[in-house]
Amino acid sequence: MSRLAAGPIIPSFSQGSSCERNNGWFCTDWLHQHWGDTLQPALVQHVELTVIAVGVGFGISFLLALAGFRFRLFDLPIGVFADLLYTIPSLALFQLLVPLTGLTVTTVEVALISYTLFILYRNIVAGLRAVPDEVLESARGMGLTRLQTFIRVELPLAVPALMAGLRIATVSTVSIATVAAFVIPEGLGEPIFTGLQEDLFKTEILAAGLLAVALALGADLLLVLLARALTPWSRLT
Amino acid sequence: MPSEAAELVFDEATKRYPDREDAAVDRLSLTVPAGEICVLVGPSGGGKTTALKLVNRLIPLSSGDIRIDGVSILEHDLTELRRSIGYVIQQVGLFPHYTVEGNIGVVPRLYGESRSWIKARSAELLELVGLDQSYARRFPAQLSGGERQRVGLARALAANPPLMLMDEPFGAIDPIVRARLQDEFLRLHRDVRKTVVFVTHDVDEAIKIGDRIAILREGGVLAQYDTPARILEHPVDDFVADFVGRDRALKALALRTLDELELAPAGAAEDGLPRLPAETSLRDALALLVAERKDALVVTDADGTPRGTVTREDLLG
Repeated sequence: MSRLAAGPIIPSFSQGSSCERNNGWFCTDWLHQHWGDTLQPALVQHVELTVIAVGVGFGISFLLALAGFRFRLFDLPIGVFADLLYTIPSLALFQLLVPLTGLTVTTVEVALISYTLFILYRNIVAGLRAVPDEVLESARGMGLTRLQTFIRVELPLAVPALMAGLRIATVSTVSIATVAAFVIPEGLGEPIFTGLQEDLFKTEILAAGLLAVALALGADLLLVLLARALTPWSRLT
Repeated sequence: MPSEAAELVFDEATKRYPDREDAAVDRLSLTVPAGEICVLVGPSGGGKTTALKLVNRLIPLSSGDIRIDGVSILEHDLTELRRSIGYVIQQVGLFPHYTVEGNIGVVPRLYGESRSWIKARSAELLELVGLDQSYARRFPAQLSGGERQRVGLARALAANPPLMLMDEPFGAIDPIVRARLQDEFLRLHRDVRKTVVFVTHDVDEAIKIGDRIAILREGGVLAQYDTPARILEHPVDDFVADFVGRDRALKALALRTLDELELAPAGAAEDGLPRLPAETSLRDALALLVAERKDALVVTDADGTPRGTVTREDLLG
């Protein structure tokens, strides 16, 4: 893609510390200089890309899961559609979308959201279906309506599976979102691509890569803690 | 909210499934007087659980009627009907994400009861089913099978229903705990007289629990509906006699106690005879005489004072 060639040139090997001039593994002085103008903005953009993708993906998956759960007839076609989306390699999917939505954040988000559907849809439906029969029978026998059963019983009992899906979707979206730099100069993929172009500037590639890993782990930890807070009953045996 | 015990009438109640030739429940007619325990018992395929679920319309009637205090179940609003009937099942079906107190509060919350009302009611019911107050904050996963079933019973009683349906409630519990739960259930029933329909496949449980027993045979046909003593002493046919077992004479003895017998005055001959309190069952008394190779025993008060003697022939009637 043409815009990559026009990107800002970082670093300039003619200047900077000896570490930078020798393309050292991890030049801390470069990190100090470029945290503010390169790494931090990329990290924030990466978080934005991920949050939007997982958030919108969750919303769509939830609605689809309601349909697939309530009307079993829809489950198979929705599931197969999500499977198909998931099997398209991300670079190919970007290429397919560019003619439609251009080199925009929309292209990136449509792709990222598509990948979350498979994981989230399957997990939400599985969680709703996993409610034990005797729990549903007692709910019915006690006179809960269909809606009350859904809101008070099925939905809360699906939360562990739903949170497990969110964790996988979030971690994989953090990873896939680095490829977004093929389309737009945003996210942690951007410093990685720049580093690759600039004679493999190791510090930049390594630093952005490590940030992506840390972001994935941090997000996962946050979701684990959230799941524990939401489902105090599920860790008991 | 509901309260007093209700009379339950099955009137030619029938359930047929389109894909089956035999009825699941075939023109079942019987009356359970208010406050009594009616046990439905019979071999599998006898339609006991189906008959039970017809009452709260978990299974819809094909024909006939069921009336609670004279009002057809078909005239009740479905959710109102179910909320006014306590329902206990073998697998309990507690809500895993609710505490014990939350579980007990499910139906009262549907009736719009306040949090404080539910808290007080839960405390009262925990006491009634013999669980410590500390159980209120626990989750079902932290309870044993017997404890879960006690909570299931408390939950069914929470809204003070006039009628309880119990589907093999102690069927999944080990024999020792089951016997204790049966005893406690009978004690509880003396306190909170509800009309109870109780399904079991265990004839001994039926004899122990039931004020009346309805024996259903395959095809959902009522074979006999009577008190335990009359079913044991006068089974209407071979099917019932077979079903209650060859030892039905012994089982009948288990239903009666020594204080129902006429005693001979205690005399000098009582020395060396075994002594038993008056509330002992005739079956246990007979077992003791057989074990000790004696022909008579001394019946005493709870404090050991002799009341009189009975012979082995007296026990056997």
